[in-house]
Amino acid sequence: MEETAPAIPKASGWKLFLKTVIARAYPRVIGQQREKSWVFFDIFLPILGIAAYVYVYRAIGAPEEYTGFVVLGGAMTAFWLNVLWSMSSQLYWEKEQGNLALYIMAPNSMMAILLGMALGGMVATLLRAVAILVIGGWVFQARFLITNLGLLILVFLLTMTALYGLGMMSASLFLLLGREAWHLANLAQEPVYLLSGFYFPVKNLGFWVALVASLIPLTLGLDAMRQLAFPSAIQFGFLDVRVEAIGLFLLCILFLVGAHFLLDYMERLAIQEGRLTESRR
Amino acid sequence: MHTSQISPFLAFWRSFRLATWLGWQIESNWADPFLFTVYSLIKPISSAAILVVMYSVITRADFTAPIFPYIYLGNAFYMYVGQVMTGISWAVIDDREHYKTMKYIYTAPVHFPAYLLGRGVARFIIASISVLVTIVFGVLFLEINIEVTQVNWAFFLITLFTGVVMLALMGLTLAGVMLLLVHHMFGVGEAVAGALYLFSGAIFPLEVLPSFLRPIGFLMPITYWLELLRRLLVGDVASSFPTLQTLTNVQLYFILVVLTVFFAAFSILTFRACENRARELGLIDTVTNY
Repeated sequence: MEETAPAIPKASGWKLFLKTVIARAYPRVIGQQREKSWVFFDIFLPILGIAAYVYVYRAIGAPEEYTGFVVLGGAMTAFWLNVLWSMSSQLYWEKEQGNLALYIMAPNSMMAILLGMALGGMVATLLRAVAILVIGGWVFQARFLITNLGLLILVFLLTMTALYGLGMMSASLFLLLGREAWHLANLAQEPVYLLSGFYFPVKNLGFWVALVASLIPLTLGLDAMRQLAFPSAIQFGFLDVRVEAIGLFLLCILFLVGAHFLLDYMERLAIQEGRLTESRR
Repeated sequence: MHTSQISPFLAFWRSFRLATWLGWQIESNWADPFLFTVYSLIKPISSAAILVVMYSVITRADFTAPIFPYIYLGNAFYMYVGQVMTGISWAVIDDREHYKTMKYIYTAPVHFPAYLLGRGVARFIIASISVLVTIVFGVLFLEINIEVTQVNWAFFLITLFTGVVMLALMGLTLAGVMLLLVHHMFGVGEAVAGALYLFSGAIFPLEVLPSFLRPIGFLMPITYWLELLRRLLVGDVASSFPTLQTLTNVQLYFILVVLTVFFAAFSILTFRACENRARELGLIDTVTNY
């Protein structure tokens, strides 16, 4: 007699949403345990970049705290690269590999898939960022002096929520893109390093440029974290840390709500225009 | 049936020329010319602007100090390193994993190394435009003082050409290594370019590096290439740093040529070894897909 597999209870509603989130986050976290080469590319590579900027500052006689600014900024690049390549352009890759149509056909929420990608990516990238921070801090003798740990953690969490919300929102825009997706993601690296002040206090760009750049959550997040991790950085701060935390909270709402509506709209549009399975190489 | 044989040089040239055309189409036809131009300029200008802002913050925008043209011009010419080296090695991943055309190209009557070198030409053209725009911007707005009539342009162009050949050969070495690697290793080119950025004194004099790291810089042809290009454009300003002060321009060029010849031999041998290994392991047309 043929044995039948035990029936899996059917999930629906919030349980299905949660299971989808976990299912999509799983490969992000487990994948890095199976593929160790990320240690080289995601830690060694950013440290080389950090080293170059640290030595530029040393060559021009910058005060010692700038070493710490660069190390912190360099660690945060891991999150921006993750959002750019593994959130925003992810649906394009999924389309290229034929998974996107399966996502749409499956009885789950696309929002849950994006949230799973975000949470999995965030956890995996946190590990990279901490490694860069610890190794970079040790190699270059950066001195961190945290004045308010609670506020620092709050600012970090707000920054991550707003940043990955931005990633979810832009993922839906990338749904419509073909080969240009790769180029656009590539384009958004250096300009954002510049505008968000990854390697220098953003205040130096002038008030209005810094204000516009604040639409990228890392601008306010990085500025606030620098002020909380290096007491001398208060004089270089763009805005008061509390104001920046409120700004980040508003960005969280803006991007998460925006992601929800934009995803619905773009998914409908992509289906209408037949772009879900196209592969324009 | 009679099949005509063509000379090795002609085979090389034909593959190189067609790969150049193909590479240009791939790099540029995803957007209209305006968007493509903006795209090609924004990235390099942003990375130069990061250094300019960092410098301005610390020195209160003292662009007349000798260290500024050193940093600015080194960074501008370094764009060639990333673009040429990565462009050639990236073609392996692009053709094999993305377009899935590698086996057709490999089995066609093309000169394979010439094909890969040709694929890098598009990036060389894009890099040349970026370098030119960056330098012109520096001259117009950042007090980079290039005396056009004082520059030995012939020597400058020969040096530039020698350096680009050297970078292309380093790119070929990487392409060979790439034949043995999987899809997600596309970052190898950037990793090598990142390492060279740090050790070649591109944006700071080698004296700033810890003493145990400096010998790495002295072994790299890029160090001499960048120093010579800087000296040829801004003369005494660039040679005011102690690193290579004792060497004349001709001596620098001689070292560059010797190291380029060494890298040429090394890259041909490495590429052949990697290619043979890739054939043994059946990796020429492998699609790893992750």
